[in-house]
Amino acid sequence: MAGMFALANPKRFMDASARFLPWLALAAGAALAAGLLLGFLAPPDYQQGTTVKIMFLHVPAAWTAMMAYGLLALASFFSLIWRHPLADVAAKTAAPLGALFTALGLITGSLWGRPMWGTYWVWDARLTSFLILLFLYLGYIALWSAIEDETRAARAAAILALVGAVNLPIIEFSVNWHTLHQGESILRADGPQIASVFLWPLGLTALGYTLLFLALWTVRIRTEILERRTRTLMLAEPQ
Amino acid sequence: MNAALLLRDLRLATRAGGSAALALAFFAAVATLVPLGVGSDLKILARVAAGVLWVAAVLSVLLSLDRLFQADFDDGSLELLVLSPLSLETIAAVKIAANWLTTGLPLTLLSPLLGAMFGLPPAADATLALSLIIGTPSVSALGAIGAGLTLSIRRGGLILPLLVLPLLVPAVIFGAGAVQSGLDGLSSGALLFLGAFSLTATLLSPFAAAAAVRLNLAG
Repeated sequence: MAGMFALANPKRFMDASARFLPWLALAAGAALAAGLLLGFLAPPDYQQGTTVKIMFLHVPAAWTAMMAYGLLALASFFSLIWRHPLADVAAKTAAPLGALFTALGLITGSLWGRPMWGTYWVWDARLTSFLILLFLYLGYIALWSAIEDETRAARAAAILALVGAVNLPIIEFSVNWHTLHQGESILRADGPQIASVFLWPLGLTALGYTLLFLALWTVRIRTEILERRTRTLMLAEPQ
Repeated sequence: MNAALLLRDLRLATRAGGSAALALAFFAAVATLVPLGVGSDLKILARVAAGVLWVAAVLSVLLSLDRLFQADFDDGSLELLVLSPLSLETIAAVKIAANWLTTGLPLTLLSPLLGAMFGLPPAADATLALSLIIGTPSVSALGAIGAGLTLSIRRGGLILPLLVLPLLVPAVIFGAGAVQSGLDGLSSGALLFLGAFSLTATLLSPFAAAAAVRLNLAG
């Protein structure tokens, strides 16, 4: 906690992130490369054949998207309750990334669905909840861009993020309930028990996606800080 | 003091051009449009009735929420209300109640007629009305949060529905689900879940809505 507030000073964050960012990016690249390599080398699944390997791209995207929303909610909490200076920057920059990973998860899931279920889309619990998550992200981003005053936008968006975070488990529950009562056949989205030969690539790509998200997030926070500095400098310019 | 505010909002909403008549008309219009698009086979309409009427109800209520705080904000009366001994949370709660009484409740009263037009059997029709009366307060409540957040946005328009619709997913699922279960002859806890969701939303939303309004007034 103290360490986090130590980085609250934008200048210190810029200095620190300039140092750790290259390593973070390198680690992300290494994890992704290793995961994808192991994924290619893994044998085809007895039931799904080679298409099961889309899992290595799809599942980590979904996990990262959900993690991103958790981080966004946490940053919003810090922004509202503790007025952490960088918290609203962190929340604002996390949203487009989260939305992107959600879209990626939806697309890869859709591509996986075609060989597995015979259809590109199905209204099962997981896909539907995930689609709603995308709308939560889009609404959040829309609110930021709709309000002109940055400080007001930050606080409004923080309230929205927290309301969304509280509602998210309820939404998931209701969508699960809905699917059960639709009388659909149980779709085994992750197929049979995950054998260790699949577990390793999955773990590595999950790690890679997470590190990639953190690296991209750091870049966006740095960019946002620089943008704000530029704006302040422009305002200070003698007319 | 609460009663005075409530009566004032009720009067504003029910006069000509107020949101009450508009919401009701919109609800009926959407419900009429669907058979034109989907076809007049009563068997199909009966299956989609619950979902269609629930979605139409949600959209109708959302339509009226845009002006919940905006109207008072524009003519300065919101700031006067804030100066009164009423807390902003109470003001929000009273406004949510007024909104429900003038949109959700009339919609619920009209719904059995529309349900019958969609070919719903009487039992399902009754369940539809029951689900709407239980669930529509949550639409007003969660919509009020959106109304508070979008208070200062000039080209407001469709951003309020975009913000609020994901939050209302449980209401639509449980509300329509209750009717569908009834049609399928199964009993489900849908109405209970709906009640829990609606109660929680109605109790907690005034705090979030007040926070949002406070934030926009301070600027």
